[in-house]
Amino acid sequence: MPVPTATPSGVIVIAGRPVSAAHRPTELKVPVPHTATAPEAASNRALRAFLHGLPGVDEVGARARAQDLATRSVKTTAKAQAIDLALSMVDLTTLEGADTPGKVRALCAKAALPDPADRSVPRVGAVCVYSDLVATAVEALRGTGIGVASVATAFPAGRAPLEAKLADTRRAVADGAAEIDMVIDRGAFLAGDYKKVHDEITAVREACGGAHLKVILETGELATYDNVRRASHLAILAGADFIKTSTGKVSPAATPPVVLVMLQAVRDHHAATGARVGVKPAGGIRTTKDAIRQLVLVNEVAGPAWLTPDLFRIGASSLLNDLLMQRTRLTTGTYPGPDYYTLD
Amino acid sequence: MNLDYAPAPESRSVVALRPNYALFVDGEFTPAESGEHLTTLNPADETELARFAVAGPADVDRAVAAARRAHEEVWGPMPGAERGKYLFRIARIIQERSRELAVLESLDNGKPIKETRDVDLPLVAAHFFYHAGWADKLAHAGLGPDPRPLGVAAQVIPWNFPLLMLAWKVAPALATGNTVVLKPAETTPLTALVFAEICQEADLPPGVVNIITGAGETGRALVEHPGTDKVAFTGSTEVGRSIARSVAGTGKRLTLELGGKGANIVYDDAALDQAVEGIVSGIFFNQGHVCCAGSRLLVQESIADELLPRLRDRVSLLRLGDPLDKNTDLGAINSAAQLERIRDLAAVGEREGAERWSAPCDLPASGYWFAPTILTGVSQAHRVAREEIFGPVLSVLTFRTPEEAVAKANNTPYGLSAGVWTEKGSRMMWTAQRLRAGVVWSNTFNRFDPASPFGGYKESGYGREGGRHGLEAYLG
Repeated sequence: MPVPTATPSGVIVIAGRPVSAAHRPTELKVPVPHTATAPEAASNRALRAFLHGLPGVDEVGARARAQDLATRSVKTTAKAQAIDLALSMVDLTTLEGADTPGKVRALCAKAALPDPADRSVPRVGAVCVYSDLVATAVEALRGTGIGVASVATAFPAGRAPLEAKLADTRRAVADGAAEIDMVIDRGAFLAGDYKKVHDEITAVREACGGAHLKVILETGELATYDNVRRASHLAILAGADFIKTSTGKVSPAATPPVVLVMLQAVRDHHAATGARVGVKPAGGIRTTKDAIRQLVLVNEVAGPAWLTPDLFRIGASSLLNDLLMQRTRLTTGTYPGPDYYTLD
Repeated sequence: MNLDYAPAPESRSVVALRPNYALFVDGEFTPAESGEHLTTLNPADETELARFAVAGPADVDRAVAAARRAHEEVWGPMPGAERGKYLFRIARIIQERSRELAVLESLDNGKPIKETRDVDLPLVAAHFFYHAGWADKLAHAGLGPDPRPLGVAAQVIPWNFPLLMLAWKVAPALATGNTVVLKPAETTPLTALVFAEICQEADLPPGVVNIITGAGETGRALVEHPGTDKVAFTGSTEVGRSIARSVAGTGKRLTLELGGKGANIVYDDAALDQAVEGIVSGIFFNQGHVCCAGSRLLVQESIADELLPRLRDRVSLLRLGDPLDKNTDLGAINSAAQLERIRDLAAVGEREGAERWSAPCDLPASGYWFAPTILTGVSQAHRVAREEIFGPVLSVLTFRTPEEAVAKANNTPYGLSAGVWTEKGSRMMWTAQRLRAGVVWSNTFNRFDPASPFGGYKESGYGREGGRHGLEAYLG
């Protein structure tokens, strides 16, 4: 019988699952991935036993499977369907030091009306900005039904004290962000301090209140697919609504094998617990072909249940216009030049 | 929501099928003396593709004589560097015509275009390129300072990888200075006949490559012909045995590439998702028409309950149908006879007590089709654990310890291939050392490379093809 214990951080733990999110009572049951049992208490030793008990990932095999799925041919009606689906999954993003309220307002206008010449284009998933520009974006998107996602927790490096990360998060939520894209502490992860990574996520989860939490693993810095699998399960265990590949500031970012491994993690988590966690690749997805390959991965790895913006998003900026261009080409048969599409 | 892939068929227009194909002897297409013909079908819809000549003893005589003449007058005396140029030229033409050859192979064999395009044709070209490189370096192959060709090679190949098996046979023979008379299988002769056109296009001297078509009688006439110096056969163990008998005492050299019942061993610490992929490609690649298929899955009992549902989920995703559709994973069974054999053996497995599961897929109304099937609860005593099915049927057995895994894997009259799945290097090496199989794949399956020798232990045959070892089979 699991006994609630108080951890040093003051978070109450029942059988390894911190009970910080009172608004998510249905997910109180412990996620038990397939081969390892979830840790009895969130100690580093228990987390290590759990994460290192997960089956390994063979790099050559993972790449080969991703490559195999990349040869799927999605044409005609299937392509039209895939393009609209991808459009609805785009988190239209601007994350530059040079972002201004003007730039963010322009991006929001683009999100609300991606193609002025075609009003049947589905609306994008969200607009993603830095936390200090959330208020501007919320104001600009009022009435469109499009939510604002904010990166937070000292994005992109995540190298700041926890208090600063939490303040960053709270401010974004207070300004109206519906989704928070946090970064994990990769340094702690690579040093084996899984508990620190875990506790930071649960703390941010709490600071999110009702906002959805996307946890950025920055897979380009984790380097191995084994690490990607472990970080995915760690983030899920700590309460992520979404696991996200990258900040977009590190290369490689959302490579197909990395997304494959993350999709396997959410699939396995669902098989064990019945709960579905979302996946968001971000960084390097620029063309319709890239986006469709991502959708094929979702379709054949996690399954069709994940083919919804509620469970799959694509973090991108230049992708949107390529999707629009291909969409026009499919409907009209001609291929207009890039100048027919608005910059932002 | 569902993402249904729309049909994405590769165009047939790249293939110019002729209604009739003659024999390729001495650099020319010539009719068979008997005037007899056979018909080759598209196994995906049972329509006729083309008629081809049946070579009789007189035609075989003519082909062997042409090969002898070409060996003595042109090909044998030719410097290796010159032979290499011809092989490089052939390899390049194969690459240039690869789309045509891939479509034709899918039409004639029933295998999916994805495999002919991404596996068969790249490997065919790679075999010619690899052996072209050897042609002027034979003195450095470790077979003596001046290894000599044998002469005329009689080569009989199967229907499962028609053009690839041709490449495995023809490329090393030509590189080493031999000339060949090759007989493709009667259900898949077409790509070999296009290869004959490629030989003409490359200006290969007449008689160096001769391609004669026909069924078992033609093959028998060829391997029993006294005018050859070497017999190379890939096919069933039964036919291989009769060839070994007929060649015995003749002084001819012989290589046999025969059947298999490959074991795919999955230890409890394997990378499970990739092991599932390897099991699938091990047995469902090319509809299981693979002599080195991983047709026996040996899974450690402690993870069987976790692995098998994952495997079934994955197999359920396989897309069976039109071989020319780029999204097809599993094509047609090559012939009615083979389909019958697969059905029979799968039924025997069920009768002997194995539990049968087939992927829920719709089979096309015409053509020869068999849904991917997994038999669980199989023991060493079952026929489906001992006999080669040569189809998309996997037999699943369990083991408790590494010793038991190796003992079960080796407990077969065959010994062509095996796979081992573990994340532990020392266990991998321990296992691989003890497996009596010509190829042991480590955390992968059904991967081929022209530099890697391929061949069997025990009743899977003798001799090696590919790599430095493969050259030895054509040098005296």
